[in-house]
Amino acid sequence: MPVSPRRSVLLGTVALALALGACGGGDDSGDAAGESDNVVTVRGCNPQAAFVPANSNEVCSGDILDQVFSFLVRYDPENGQPSNEIAEEITTDDNLTWTIRLEDGWTFHDGSPVTASSFVDAWNWAALGANATLNSYFFEPIQGYAEVQGEFDEEGNFIEGSAAAETMSGLEVVDDRTFTVTLTQPESQFRMRLGYTAFAPLPESFYEDPEAFGQHPIGTGPFQFDSWEPNIDVRLSAYPDYNGEVKPNIDGAIYRIYENDDAAYNDLQADQLDIMPLLPTSALAGDTYRIDLGDRFIERPTGVFETITFAPSTVDDRFDDPRIRQAISMSIDRPEIVEQIFSGARTPANGWVSPVVPGFQDGACGDFCTYNETAAQALYAETDGIEGPLALSYNADSDHKAWVDAVCIDINTTLGIECVPTPFVDLATFRDQITNRQMGGMFRTGWQMDYPSLENFLVPIFATGASANDGDYTNDDFDELVSQAAAASTAEEGAELYLQAERLLAADMPAIPLWHRVNIAGYSSHVDNVRITVFQTVDLLSVTTTD
Amino acid sequence: MGRYVVQRLGQMVPVVIGTTFLIYALVWSLPGDPFAAKCGDRPCPQNYIDRMTAEYNLDDPLPLAYLQYMGNLLTGDFGQTFSGASIADELLQRYPTTLQLTVLAILVEVVIGVAAGVLAGTRRGGFLDNLVLVSTLVVVSIPVFVLGLLAQITFGVRLGWFPVTSDGTLFSLVLPAIVLGSLSLAFVARLVRANLVENLRTDYVRTAIAKGLTRQRVIGVHTLRNSLIPVVTFVGADFGGLLGGAVVVEGIFNIPGVGNMIFRGINAHEGATVTAAVTVLVLVFLIVNLLVDLLYAVIDPRIRHA
Amino acid sequence: MHSPVAPDQIVPSAAHVPGRPPGRAGGQRGRRRGGGHRAAVPRSLAGDAWRDLRRSPVFLVSAAIILVLVAMAAVPGLFTSADPRACDLANSRLPPSGSAWFGYDLQGCDMYARTVHGARASILVGVLTTLGIALVGSVVGMFAGYHGGRVDALLSRLTDMFFAVPMLLGAIIVLATFPSTVGTPAWQTIGKVVMALGVLGWTTVARLMRSTVIQVKQADYVQAARGLGAGTSRILLRHILPNAVAPVVVYSTIILGVFVVLEATLSFLGIGLQAPVISWGIAISEARAYLRQSPHMLLFPGAFLSVTVLAFIMLGDAVRDAFDPRLR
Repeated sequence: MPVSPRRSVLLGTVALALALGACGGGDDSGDAAGESDNVVTVRGCNPQAAFVPANSNEVCSGDILDQVFSFLVRYDPENGQPSNEIAEEITTDDNLTWTIRLEDGWTFHDGSPVTASSFVDAWNWAALGANATLNSYFFEPIQGYAEVQGEFDEEGNFIEGSAAAETMSGLEVVDDRTFTVTLTQPESQFRMRLGYTAFAPLPESFYEDPEAFGQHPIGTGPFQFDSWEPNIDVRLSAYPDYNGEVKPNIDGAIYRIYENDDAAYNDLQADQLDIMPLLPTSALAGDTYRIDLGDRFIERPTGVFETITFAPSTVDDRFDDPRIRQAISMSIDRPEIVEQIFSGARTPANGWVSPVVPGFQDGACGDFCTYNETAAQALYAETDGIEGPLALSYNADSDHKAWVDAVCIDINTTLGIECVPTPFVDLATFRDQITNRQMGGMFRTGWQMDYPSLENFLVPIFATGASANDGDYTNDDFDELVSQAAAASTAEEGAELYLQAERLLAADMPAIPLWHRVNIAGYSSHVDNVRITVFQTVDLLSVTTTD
Repeated sequence: MGRYVVQRLGQMVPVVIGTTFLIYALVWSLPGDPFAAKCGDRPCPQNYIDRMTAEYNLDDPLPLAYLQYMGNLLTGDFGQTFSGASIADELLQRYPTTLQLTVLAILVEVVIGVAAGVLAGTRRGGFLDNLVLVSTLVVVSIPVFVLGLLAQITFGVRLGWFPVTSDGTLFSLVLPAIVLGSLSLAFVARLVRANLVENLRTDYVRTAIAKGLTRQRVIGVHTLRNSLIPVVTFVGADFGGLLGGAVVVEGIFNIPGVGNMIFRGINAHEGATVTAAVTVLVLVFLIVNLLVDLLYAVIDPRIRHA
Repeated sequence: MHSPVAPDQIVPSAAHVPGRPPGRAGGQRGRRRGGGHRAAVPRSLAGDAWRDLRRSPVFLVSAAIILVLVAMAAVPGLFTSADPRACDLANSRLPPSGSAWFGYDLQGCDMYARTVHGARASILVGVLTTLGIALVGSVVGMFAGYHGGRVDALLSRLTDMFFAVPMLLGAIIVLATFPSTVGTPAWQTIGKVVMALGVLGWTTVARLMRSTVIQVKQADYVQAARGLGAGTSRILLRHILPNAVAPVVVYSTIILGVFVVLEATLSFLGIGLQAPVISWGIAISEARAYLRQSPHMLLFPGAFLSVTVLAFIMLGDAVRDAFDPRLR
């Protein structure tokens, strides 16, 4: 029997498949380290949502939007303090009504001018119930927010006309360059919020087709959006008419999308990627990155804070005695875990506010956040103790297993409580259980600041009924102090009241402070002057190329 | 033969329907609200959750949601991911890459695997046999992420022979394909060896040798052909596995392939994305396996497809 | 003349030995092989096989290794007196030394103790899952291949459907539907992992079995048996299975190791085996990030895994050779 027909079938199949593959994809757009010398490549990731500021609440799209947009205020990359950017001045007499005047000369990347309506319309759109945006809650403090919410029918479709108003009554355009914001209650730190992604201005063209805009955003920032090829890269180029004080030194940036940290890190080592804002564990362990990169790395404390929260008393009443919670906190050897597990990419916490926040106080948690075996045992002995195994739950889709194991071993060794690390398959499942108050025991909680303020670390987490109050903590004194703080006439006075409120938490220990995240970023020999902001993003305005 | 092919093509319809329903139902039944995690550690605005739930028909009963989904699919509307990107576009972008990678990996495993299997089988119990046994096994028992990372660091970062990660060229897929193919190498080599050993003992081989044919010719023409059936079956089945199962390798080498899309879809509870990606995968897999079944008859003339 | 079998096998069960224990595949085959032509006294294939095996170094070595592993799984205390759960973070990732032969893992636990204690869960998962898929896959594949026609179409398409579901998705669903919580007994957790891996793992076996059965059923001896009026189950079990089982054995012995590694992936995703269960898979996936700094964390559990896989494959090879009538 001749051999040829068979062979040809097989070869034909192979050739066909290769040809199919070759003609469909395989353009070589993902070049190494940029084709122009003055362009940098940055590690990017797959955005979870389209590029609309009101719907972006994660780093993958947020990082890029922050380069494409400018805001009323700009946070200093070093200390996170706001300074006016598009705003010429922001004034108030009573912390209730704020008058915002815009600087002249700002334009969108499509050439249209930035006016007061660019902000007012954008904010109204974001807050409108019918648009159901992810970031709508940022506008909650503004008067009239409740009136624009409206209702949804059982199928989840917005009921036309169910909202009492189309726009928030607290927003008023005074003239082309001035508008006023009225809040529902006084808030001394309102200005602080205005640099967050959700408060971006939007051009007229946005309202014509928000979906198209989401694929190709038009902003006011130092970089304009050139292209987005899903799963490959996002390309930005410097906007020549950028009105900010500091102009970028580079011609553009390419955010190369990686699904995997190690892949990105290996590209970084081979100089095929320029900036990686967060190095992976495999590079941090044993300070390997110092060997690989020499001095081409930066350490940056950031506003990410990790805690262990106790299930609400209604779900699990075994920790009603605060001394049990304090004893558990004292049994955790934070410095040891930070050194061995995180290789220095955390700093031990001894309070509930991140050190990057201006006015932060050291040691609000006092001795209760310091590892002390004997004190922990003594305090625990005073209580009735905990019966049965104690779960410490976490979501297994992020890098939590190692530290949870270590914390459990500490608790077990020190107090003799059988602490069981309990993984949940993903964040959705994990959060679902917490939100529905079905999870007992202890669970990990994390907080990434929206803006560097004391308020942002306390009110959303520990005020009675607050959105992220997963342990249902309630303390009248605390609530009283934070509302006084919000209404305080000066920022200093407000800050002092917030600090008082924070100190109250030590006695109740509603959540155990663990550590604050420190970003360790690396860069290639192709770039210099790399800075990482307190928000863990790359400060593209300072980056220069070396050749 | 022609009728057989038509029959098989006809049978694909229920399989595709069954599979899509199975997948859709499975993703559907994943616990946890897919939008609960959209806002990280804090709850999302209720309006947002309501809108997304309605948009993806998640509040309809399963059969209804599935029918709506299939209806859209038949009109060519693959739907959107939760981030608003078109699923059809993403499939068009990812499938070619995945196909290239898979075919390269199959080439690696077939060429090296058959060669190693023949070497081992013809020298059963000898040094080469044991060498093949041990070396293919060592590869199997090393987890793929270790193998991938080692290959990447050694040949990509240190030696610079291959691109560290995928840059869209066929060449950058060679190293990942070797890693991917090496996992199945052991199976192919062992299957070839086992069958070869058996077939070498058969009468027709003895007859052939008695006739005075050379050993090479006996192995090459008579024995190997009869030993290929399980190998072809395995490769056919493996094709499907490689298509969808390359998540780890795709991650290590940053290849925008289908495995990753499915994995992310599962994590995000995106029923539409997972179902669409798997459906195309099933189609490719079914066609490949139809070819495999046809190949049986070509390889072994005793098998007839009525 | 392309028949892959010797003529003496065309006549089935020439001399059935009465009273042989039924049920075991080896026994079934033994009966058919029956009165050998080498000895005057009728002897079973199993007897022949056992005689051969006892003299086969491959068999002896692999059997010895498996015995040691089984002992390790059953009574880990025989091999180490150290407590695998006594960990001190201060020892994190220390390399092997006199006091800890295998070094310490990330949490500062003794790697030797953990490797020894990990044998139980890992071997159980590997062996049980492999047995499960070999059984289910073989039955489905055999019926499909033997009956052909509609039965084949139905079973094969069913196999296709299961094959198409990504392993990971299936496993996540199974394990998410039956979540393990604090206080779930270890055997239940292991059972769930076996189920999750097995539910979608049998398809390749089925396809392999079907393909060889299609090939084997054309053989003269099967036709002859049918001509002599043998029933379906008899033909399947005595004539087809023994001659078609080789690829499945090959596949099964290798896939055993793959399952142990897969279990690691599941643990890594937070849905597989969970603390307090100790397994090689968990250790291997934990070692991933420290590949460059602390290779010993991967080396030892990895080596145990490799040796286990190797031993099972060698055993499978030896047993198959000994039992295969065609190799005599």
